[in-house]
Amino acid sequence: MNGEGAAIEIRDLCKRFGENEVLKGISLRVEHGSTTVILGASGSGKSVLIKHVIGLLRPDSGEIWIEGEAIAQAGERRLNEVRRKFGMVFQGAALFDSMTVGENVAFPLREHLSLSEREIRAIVTEKLNLFGLFGVEDKYPAELSGGMRKRVGLARAIVLNPGMILYDEPTTGLDPIATENVNGMIVEAREKLQVTSVVISHDIGAAFAVADAIAVLHDGRIVEYGAPAAVRASEHPHVRQFLSTWFSRV
Amino acid sequence: MRSPLKGVAAYVTHSFEEVGRFVATTVEVFKWTLRPPYRAGLLVQQMETIGVKSLFVVFLTAAFTGLVMVLQTTSLLAKFQAEGLVGSSVALAVTRELGPVFTALMVTGRAGSAMATELGTMRVTEQIDALSTMAVNPVQYLIVPRVIASMLMMPVLAAIFDVVSFFGSYVMGVWMLGIDQGVFVARTRHYLDPIDITSGLYKAVVFGAIVALISCDKGFRAEGGAKGVGEATTKAVVVSSVAILIADYFLNVLMTNYLPGYLLGGPR
Ligand SMILES: Nc1ncnc2c1ncn2[C@@H]1O[C@H](COP(=O)(O)OP(=O)(O)O)[C@@H](O)[C@H]1O
Ligand SMILES: [Mg+2]
Repeated sequence: MNGEGAAIEIRDLCKRFGENEVLKGISLRVEHGSTTVILGASGSGKSVLIKHVIGLLRPDSGEIWIEGEAIAQAGERRLNEVRRKFGMVFQGAALFDSMTVGENVAFPLREHLSLSEREIRAIVTEKLNLFGLFGVEDKYPAELSGGMRKRVGLARAIVLNPGMILYDEPTTGLDPIATENVNGMIVEAREKLQVTSVVISHDIGAAFAVADAIAVLHDGRIVEYGAPAAVRASEHPHVRQFLSTWFSRV
Repeated sequence: MRSPLKGVAAYVTHSFEEVGRFVATTVEVFKWTLRPPYRAGLLVQQMETIGVKSLFVVFLTAAFTGLVMVLQTTSLLAKFQAEGLVGSSVALAVTRELGPVFTALMVTGRAGSAMATELGTMRVTEQIDALSTMAVNPVQYLIVPRVIASMLMMPVLAAIFDVVSFFGSYVMGVWMLGIDQGVFVARTRHYLDPIDITSGLYKAVVFGAIVALISCDKGFRAEGGAKGVGEATTKAVVVSSVAILIADYFLNVLMTNYLPGYLLGGPR
């Protein structure tokens, strides 16, 4: 009844900004080890939803449990402990542009563990290699392509071996090949690291490529939830219309 | 038609909100200054940035302030056959007022604007959110070192301003206007009390806090992409500059009442 067993459980989450009611009662359960995609149009509140999961925003009402622990009212200290269970990959990668790639990936290690420089360098290289990045440690983020930055962002997100990864629009703004690459990266991350993943996206193709479960967000509510095949067969008029924009083209 | 009264009311409400948010940021900064970890590396890095960015313009402004002030005061004091007091008059004006105020305005233009732009960019590209998700408090990591560095560097720069402008006034007064060198220096030493210099440096510390707090706060609250960052930077410079001049007035009132020896012509 209180998020037992689930990696993430959200119940009746509501959030408004002034007059703008963005989330109107979201309930969602994310199982351990699964990849759940939250699909919705631009501006539907996907980023707002994911920012609640990691405690960047506070709900007006509703509850959020992370591995059974309620975080909606948690203080900064508790929240920071919960945040260490997550890695988050931001839409624009959000790499620190004053630091090299290596320093970016090393950042969480330096902040939270006391390791020698040698150990740090070894871990950084290992994580970068994991996602097909070689010899980029001394480059600055501005020197990399969008797809590579996303991979660095992922390497930084998983460097402390979190159990869960949150992806904000991982394929937005990428060309088809980079999109394919990033989808591969999400699947790989899950296979190699056995993590729970939550992906928010408006990219229907990418969603069906990586998801175990899909939740469709519309008008502040989850209007459809289930396995990809079930969502594909949805009778909900909005879901049908939204999906037709993609599947009619194939 | 929109009633002008409503416009004024909205403006006043908005201003109070801004002030309220700024006070909240200041309290937050103070709280996170006291809490470990203390980030000495970031502090040194910021001190260097502020110093390097501002040193040259401070030099330039100081030299020309000395030159111009002597030019102006000489033409005035010559009417009273009191050219001998030029050096001391200018030195008093510079150490007590012009040094700290001009230095603060220059630091605002160079370092304050850079702070607003950098933090604003970090805000709109979600780098600040990224810090939070990595369990690092962004106020502590980004704002605290900038505020402390600015409070430490501002008096150093103001002291440099004092020295350079003295050389400027010496060049104009002694070399170019032919005031007797012995009189120029002796009178300056006679009338210039240590309190004139230290009071100016106290002001500089306060201005340092003001510039960094306002600039970081504006950057932190930037929204809406590159345009928002530009707006934040403009606001940071304008609000900091005005705040420095207003704070200077209140510091004068405060020091006149509570700093023994500050009042010119009083017991020193
Ligand atoms: N911090 C905020 N303050 C005010 N409004 C916000 C804030 N964050 C998001 N919004 C609003 O919430 C709505 C949903 O935004 P978002 O979650 O970013 O959409 P998306 O689904 O594209 O990620 C938008 O109308 C946006 O303007
Ligand atoms: Mg978004």
